[in-house]
Amino acid sequence: MPQKLPLVNLEKIANDIREDIIRMLVHAGSGHSAGPLGLADIFTALYFDVLRHDPKNPDWSERDILLLSNGHCVPVRYAAMAQAGYFDRKELLTLRQFGSRLQGHPERLRLPGLETTSGPLGCGLSQACGIALAQRMDSITHRWIYVVMGDGEINEGNIWEAAMLASKYHLNNVIGILDRNNIQIDGPTELVMPLEDLRAKWEAFGWHVLEVNGNDIEAVIDACAMARSIVEKPVMIIAHTIPGKGVDFMESDFHWHGMPPNPEQARKALHELRTLGGRIRGEHE
Amino acid sequence: MSNLHLADISGEPTREPIRKGFGRGLLAAGKLDINVVAACADLTDSTQMGLFRDNFPERFIEIGIAEQNLVTVGAGLAAAGKIPFVSSYAAFSPGRNWEQIRTTICLNDRHVKIIGSHAGLYTGKDGATHQMLEDIALMRVLPNMVVIVPGDSLEAEKATLAMAKDLRPNYMRLAREPTPVLTTAETPFEIGTAYVYEPGADVTIIATGTMTYHALRAAELLYKDGIEAEVVHVPTIKPLDSATILKSVRKTKCVVTVEEAQIIGGLGGAVAELLGENFPVPLKRIGMPDHFGESGDPDELLTHFGLDASHIRLAAHEVTAKK
Repeated sequence: MPQKLPLVNLEKIANDIREDIIRMLVHAGSGHSAGPLGLADIFTALYFDVLRHDPKNPDWSERDILLLSNGHCVPVRYAAMAQAGYFDRKELLTLRQFGSRLQGHPERLRLPGLETTSGPLGCGLSQACGIALAQRMDSITHRWIYVVMGDGEINEGNIWEAAMLASKYHLNNVIGILDRNNIQIDGPTELVMPLEDLRAKWEAFGWHVLEVNGNDIEAVIDACAMARSIVEKPVMIIAHTIPGKGVDFMESDFHWHGMPPNPEQARKALHELRTLGGRIRGEHE
Repeated sequence: MSNLHLADISGEPTREPIRKGFGRGLLAAGKLDINVVAACADLTDSTQMGLFRDNFPERFIEIGIAEQNLVTVGAGLAAAGKIPFVSSYAAFSPGRNWEQIRTTICLNDRHVKIIGSHAGLYTGKDGATHQMLEDIALMRVLPNMVVIVPGDSLEAEKATLAMAKDLRPNYMRLAREPTPVLTTAETPFEIGTAYVYEPGADVTIIATGTMTYHALRAAELLYKDGIEAEVVHVPTIKPLDSATILKSVRKTKCVVTVEEAQIIGGLGGAVAELLGENFPVPLKRIGMPDHFGESGDPDELLTHFGLDASHIRLAAHEVTAKK
């Protein structure tokens, strides 16, 4: 298992992941920008602190399970996996290319460490329930199943079917991380299909709900630790994030949901992120 | 031809619902392998999972009326090393949850065993909504999926045991009403194998599921007409036993397919694809002709929609005449 790193290193890693996301997307010429950038801090927290995993042995039987239910955000996972040492960062630029292990939406059979194939929304939480139920039958208690899902994604009925099941069977090993970035393809979530009162909905379904600033790495790590300590119920961490986080002209603009930057926009974005990277180092010196 | 140890159905055959065989097979598979688990969407006794639930309550999951969840929880169970059998009525699973099956089971390559009960016109009085006729086509088109349609309860029992050992995603179709038992405990079953139940040289009748019995009855009628029909029972629609089918058709040079499902994309579709590319001969597909069912007794419905032995006989005459 990788060593735990001090916060400044984590913030630097998150920034590197953001730069890699921009490079991957502009090179691919298609893909989703806002979600992956907004999730960079959460994936840094997961891969560099929260998860028990071994990048050199992705199928390690003792590992925690991380499911990415909203598969379109996979660039952030690829970038985090490369940073963590699952594969060489150079491979990131093969994203969405013919023959690449880095498919436009994640395919388990192509790249070790992905756990599931996803893209069509709403199927991650129920697969997590299946894994948790199997673990219970095998008397495995200290293995966590984290499910990252989008807020727009929970328009899907399958999510609420899974929410009921997890609650019925008290699947406390399931920890949901709901990326509350308030956008989906057609616009703001509250206009497309209102989700509020989001906290009350999950609580009504029998879940323990934590809310956290999803762009605060330390807060995400703490929330995950808190979630693991709650044994009565499954836990949903509502992680408030800024879509497009780190790139000023992308932040909170739903048009960037499913769009890559063009080369000029990418240059601007990378410049901003490099400046941000310098500031992170500066603040901690 | 090896001895298939078929039952004697010359008189009034023994009848048992095909789904009962699944229930016994699942219990037996559960006893053989601790990793066999089961989940159901509020139809546990109806789909015959009750035996398993009562014997292995800790290995049974009640999902409630949520078929999308049923198969995706199944994918999760398989991911964690279980051999999950997930059941509902075929109209709902795979009727409602096809995309979940496509993504989380087939593309994701998880060996979930999907059981669709109460399929076909044998669902009878429940009417068109519940008479699932499109399941074979829906499952057959999916890469990696194995499609099994047993011909009687004993074959369903053997198929269930075979599925528990198969590492691929599987779909098995079951019927509700009691239907004739054509086989015995000694009759062989292997996934992917078709069996010649009745040898003949003049016409090949390829049948699956409950319709194999009617094909055998049609063969008796045809014998009296002076036509020797070869009846090939196809319990695995995919992968299709091309060798057995082609061997028979090269001999008889004309074919009738018989199924209690839509002929578009079903067994008829599969056979037409195979023969069209390899050995084109006169072909007639018996099944549901792009139409929905309705309430009624199964025999009444089979006659109304042209699936009974007398219609199979007429089709055999038609293709034989075209040779």
